[in-house]
Order: sequence, then structure tokens, then C-alpha cells
Amino acid sequence: MMVRIENLTISFPSPQGMSQAVRSVSMNLGAEKLGIVGESGSGKSLTARALLRLLPPAAVVTADRLEFDGIDILKASERDMRAIRGKRAGLILQDPKYSLNPIMTAGAQIAEAWRQQKKGTAREAREAAIELLAQTQIRDPRRVADSYPHELSGGMGQRVMIAMMLAPDPELLIADEPTSALDASVQAEILRLMEDLVSRRGMGLILISHDLPLVSHFCDRVAVMYAGRVVEELAAGDLVRAKHAYTRGLLDCLPTLSHPKGRLPVMSRDPAWLT
Amino acid sequence: MSGVLNRAWLLSDAPSSRSQAAWGRRFRLWQDFKSNKIAMAGLIIVVVLVMAAIFAPLLATFDPSTQELTNRLGKPSAAHWLGTDELGRDVYSRLLFGARVTLGMVISVVLMVAPIGLAIGCIAGYYGGLADTILMRVTDVFLAFPRLILALAFVAAIHPGVTSAVIAIALTTWPPYARLARAETLTIRNTDFIAATRLTGASSARIVLRHVMPLCLGSLIVRVTLDMSSIILFAASLGFLGMGAQPPSPEWGTMIATARRFFLDQWWVPLMPGIAIFVASLAFNLLGDGLRDVLDPKQR
Amino acid sequence: MIAVQDLRVKFGTVEAVRGVTFAVDEGHSFGIVGESGSGKSTVLRALAGLNDDWTGRMTIAGKALAPKRGRDFFRRVQMVFQDPYGSLHPRQTVDRALSEPLLVHGIGDVDRRIRQALSEVALPLSARFRFPHQLSGGQRQRVAIARALMSEPEVLLLDEPTSALDVSVQAEVLNLLADLQERRKLTYVMVSHNLAVIAHLCPQLGVMQGGEMVEMLSAEDLRDGRVKHKHTADLRRLSTELEEA
Repeated sequence: MMVRIENLTISFPSPQGMSQAVRSVSMNLGAEKLGIVGESGSGKSLTARALLRLLPPAAVVTADRLEFDGIDILKASERDMRAIRGKRAGLILQDPKYSLNPIMTAGAQIAEAWRQQKKGTAREAREAAIELLAQTQIRDPRRVADSYPHELSGGMGQRVMIAMMLAPDPELLIADEPTSALDASVQAEILRLMEDLVSRRGMGLILISHDLPLVSHFCDRVAVMYAGRVVEELAAGDLVRAKHAYTRGLLDCLPTLSHPKGRLPVMSRDPAWLT
Repeated sequence: MSGVLNRAWLLSDAPSSRSQAAWGRRFRLWQDFKSNKIAMAGLIIVVVLVMAAIFAPLLATFDPSTQELTNRLGKPSAAHWLGTDELGRDVYSRLLFGARVTLGMVISVVLMVAPIGLAIGCIAGYYGGLADTILMRVTDVFLAFPRLILALAFVAAIHPGVTSAVIAIALTTWPPYARLARAETLTIRNTDFIAATRLTGASSARIVLRHVMPLCLGSLIVRVTLDMSSIILFAASLGFLGMGAQPPSPEWGTMIATARRFFLDQWWVPLMPGIAIFVASLAFNLLGDGLRDVLDPKQR
Repeated sequence: MIAVQDLRVKFGTVEAVRGVTFAVDEGHSFGIVGESGSGKSTVLRALAGLNDDWTGRMTIAGKALAPKRGRDFFRRVQMVFQDPYGSLHPRQTVDRALSEPLLVHGIGDVDRRIRQALSEVALPLSARFRFPHQLSGGQRQRVAIARALMSEPEVLLLDEPTSALDVSVQAEVLNLLADLQERRKLTYVMVSHNLAVIAHLCPQLGVMQGGEMVEMLSAEDLRDGRVKHKHTADLRRLSTELEEA
């Protein structure tokens, strides 16, 4: 198992004492694609970020086990963490506009990521960057490599981000709402691309999203989170057989083209879901 | 509703009237502010200074202008707590009365500068175009002059004194406020909530006055309190150069200016007003820092 | 109720909307779908009077619209924005946001109207003196809808009103919009990138691409796949493929 999480709890200090944002979450991940789905505030991003120790400083993390490839994340030194972040595990965020450096060309940024791990010459790095861009199915990788982030569309920027994260050959890719800032057509392309690259390289993928049906298309397993807990974990194909009322509610309240509904069912939140 | 101003009423989660909601809000701001010890220290010092200025006649041990030539440049003693100056006047009493002049100047400058800067900045930022160009070029002209030279020229052209010093300082202090207010307005202007307000059919004047200006006010207040100290120092330097309050008047800067000859031998004479300026500046700075923390919406 | 003919909007030298024509009957809903940059929001903003640099002809209730709108226009036409975090003044309470339209139009009986508006959008009275940052995204969008209704308009322009919300909240807001339309006989023009959301609320819709309305069709035709333009077919395929579990 590449990732083992057992009984992870993340809490933040608040005026009323410690408030728990993630409550005893457990999950495992091998070389597979896991989707974490939940609404805002469900703790889905925090869970994934705890793995890279990228939480706000105020967060208090406890876990029976929080491991990446046998390394205990809770005890690892900052130097060990740097060896994991960016090298062995990449993180892709929602909006490439904010995660790319606006005054460096896309190619230079990918080349830098590559050189940090591979130690080659500047020319080798550039060639590697163009090769990586080509892998993300960009038609004209040389031109994109010489472009600045503001000259790229959202989908193009996200491809650059993916190329950058793939540069050091990581074993795990964490994508936090990677397509929610993008148009539907681009969204599908990017997710397909990510799925394809991850499968081909035998990597692990954690895809975080609020869109349950979407995630099920690109993952092997889906964990549904609600108020800091995993309420249900199931194989992606079994979504129609979901048992938990919350999961069912999430699916039912979506308007769809094929099944018109006069009135959308509204979720009544059962307090029992919290226990 | 009994109208009793108690804690529970103020902190109620569901206020029943607008005034209760408003008072509750003020009370919460005050509680936030109170928990910031350094800012509270600043506030207490400022209050003490203002009180000292108001009650100077009661607190003073001597008349600030009575000379006692037999006791010139006296060391601090039981009779003269902070010593006497070159004419034998009591420094402690002069500092108290000087607080009236100095703080009075600072407050009048602020009262003139803040509204002017806010109005010019918000109008330039909201309307844009020609209004923006004209107002901002005027602002640039004022910014381009060295402050002290401009103020000196202005005071010299009229006649040295407290009133012209206040006007001169105000004249050289407003441009940064206008710039600040304009920058804030430019970001506010294009937000959806201003678009939504335009859609209510509100006039531009109403939008600027009631929706844009209140948002600029927070950073302006902070900037003003942070600037208070430099205004005190500016007033003092004008006084020191003989262009502000004139010698018999116990303005702090003027006091240092007249006592500078004794710096080496009777060092306590210029030191006392120096300490007063330092304490007042520091207090306003601490207060400004605290206000920034409380008023900054990003903090909450 | 609403008629737009050959609407063109330019930003500098770029023509963002290139000749859009559509009409909406009173009490009906018309949806505009398209991807980002298709010009769909620009159409809505021109209609709302937030952008006065346009050519063409727009009429509401038979009256032609001038680039600068009078106060009367804003009583009849209101808009709800996409981002409930950005469309409410951060320093104004819900009470203040709701009373502003009343003050501007000189409508009295403020207290009763605010209470009524809150109950109409199913917000508790305790929300009245809250600030936007003390409310959830869904609650904010309800406040924005309540504000738009204060001046009792006939037309509501909806710019992606649910795309910043969680799906469970989206359902609640869509139901609310449907209820309000029925109760008040409102006319809606809704813009969204989400085909299913548009088809849910609007029986008639237009598909925009590159500043042009490439196809107009009914929601039923869309559901059953009776589409003519390739772009519509593409959007429909994506929507059905990705949204079905």
C-alpha cells in the first residue's frame, strides 16, 4: 500500500474550543485511482493535504497511522517531507492561474521542476519539458513552452500544471478540484488525460471533487465524505447501488438531461449521519 | 424590550431591532480591540494625553508663562517636577499646556485632511475618465514637492503661527490619502456588489457616499492614526524652525527649538518635550496597529 | 416581455456578442448556455444596463431600452449574480442590503417588507442583522435573490445563480426560483454553462458560441436529442456522459 490512513483527525482551535474538521477517517491507496467526494467543508481537501503535511499551521493532526510508502508523515522531518512533496507526490490545484508563476514561461517552470530532481543541463531540461508537454497532448508543445501563463487558456494552463507535476516521475498525484474552473468540454479532456497518464505510469491518484458522477467516471473507488467523516466507500461502478442516504441524496438532487424532474428532491440532513 | 444595555442583550445572536444589532456590533469590535493589549496601551496613553490637555489648568503646578529668572535651567526637583527652562518657567506645566497646542494642531490637521483625501480619491476612482485625470494630476503635483519645503513656503507666505502651520501641514498631507482611497475605490468599483447596487437604480453620488466610502474608511482611519505621529513630528519641526507656534506658546516642538542651546549641559530641558513627542507618537502608532487588526475585514 | 434583436457588444476592438436575437414571453423562462467566453454573460449584462456600449434593439414590456436606464427600469428588472461571496457588500448587514432598494425607490413599510422577503426566500429572521461573512453560500444567494425581489420586479436576470453552490444547495435554490416564478409570475433569463440546470428551469433555451447564438431549441428537443448544431450536440453529449452515474 502506498498510502495508509487510519483514524485521522484534524482539528482547529476556535472560540468554542477545538473544532474537528476531519473525524477519524481511514483509507488506503495502492497504484489506483481514488476519488474523494464531498461538499464544501466536508474535509476532503484537508484529508489529502494532511498526507503532504500542507495544512495551515493552526491545524492539530492526530492519527493512528498516516503513512506514505512506509514513511510516517506525522514524525517525518521537514527535509523528508520536501523529498516527498513535488518529487514523489505531486499536487494539482483548482486554478492554474494561481499556481503558475506569472513571470516565468511555462517551459521554464517545467524545466525547473525537472532539474530539481534529475540534475541535467539546461538544454536537457528544456527538451524534457517539451516532451512532458507533448505527453499532455498539447498540439504545439514548443510554442506553449515559450508562453507565459497569462497567454494560456485555463485548460492549457492545467496541462502545463500536470506536465510540471509529472516531471519528477512521482508515484502519487493528488488533484484537488483540478477541473472545476474549466469548461465542461475541457474538463473531460483534462480528466481523461490525467486518468490515462496515471494508469500508464502505474501511479496512484487521489481526485478530490464535489461532483460525484463525474468522479466515478475517472476513478476505481470513491469515498464520500460528509462533515469530516467518510460516510460511504464504494467501487466507482457501484454508484447506483449506493446505500448511504447522503450519497443517494447527492445523486438525486442533481438536475439531469435524461431524467427530467418536476421538482428537485431536497436533502434532509439526518443528525445521525454525524455519529 | 427593556432597553437595558447588558451583555446578553448586546451579544444576542438574534437582535430584535436595528439599534440592538448596531450596538452589539460595536460591542464586539470593542471586545476584539480590548483583547489586544498593546493597542489598549496605546489607547490609554492617548486618552491620558487628551485628558491632560483638557485639564491642564487643574493639573499644572505653575502658570506656564510665569518667569522665575533666579531659577533658570533648574534640575528636576520637588517644586519643579521636570525642572525649569531658560526663563525659569516650569517645564511640567508647559508640557501640559503644550499638549493643548500640539494635540489641537494634530487633530485639526486630521479633521481637514481625511475627508478631503477620501472625497477626492473616491470621486477620482469611481468616476474615472477626465475627473480622475484632473484630480490625480493635482494630487501628483502636491506629492512631487518636498513636504517640508512646501509647508515652509506656505507658512512664510502668510505669517508664522499655529493656524497657518495647520493649513500648511494639511496641504502637504492629503495626497497620500487621496491615492489610498482611489486605489481602494478602483478595486471596489468593479465588484458584483456595486453592480448590484447600481441595479437598484441608486445614483452615482449615493453609491460613492453610502457604499464605496464606508469601505475605504477602515484603511483610512488606520492610515490616519499611523500618520498622527508623523504629523506631530511635522508640527514639531515647523515649530522648531520657527514657522509654527511662536515662542511664548508652549508647543512641544518650539520648546525643543528654544532649548537646543542647552543640549550638552542642561540636557533635561530639551529632553522633556522630546519624551512627550515620543510618547504621543508611539501611542498613536500602537493605537493604529490595533485598529488595523480590528477593522481589517480579512482578519475576521 | 423581453425582445432582443441583433444585439452586438464590443470590448475595444473585440466583438464579444455578434448579433444575438431572442424573445421571452411574460412569465416564461429563457436559458442561455455556452462555454466561458461565448458571450452569454455579456448579453445579460447589456440587458441589465451594466454595459452601455452596445448596438441593436432591446425592448422590455414593449419599451425600447436606451443605453442609460432610468430608475423605473430598475424597479422592473433585477439581476442575481453568480458569486454569492462577491455580490453582497461585505460591511453591510442583510437588513441594510434589503432596505437599500426600498430607500432608493422611496417604498415605505420597510420593516414589514424585509420580514416578508426573508420568509419568502426561507431565511430565518435571525439572519436579518447578520453580515455576509456570517452566512453560508446558499444563505447568501437567498439574500441576493431577496434583494432582487425587494422592488417587486417583473423580470429577473440570473447569471449562473447556482454554479458556486454545492449540489444539495443548488437544488434548494433552483426549487426556490421555480416557486418564486410561479407565485410572482416572474420572467427569467438565466445564463449557465450547465445544460442540465438550464433545461431544468427553462423550457426554451439558446446555445451560444463565439458571441453568436448558434441554435435555439426547446428543453424537450434537447433532452430527446433533436439538435441541429454541432456545438449543441457536443455540449449535450458531454452533459449526458459525465453527469450520469
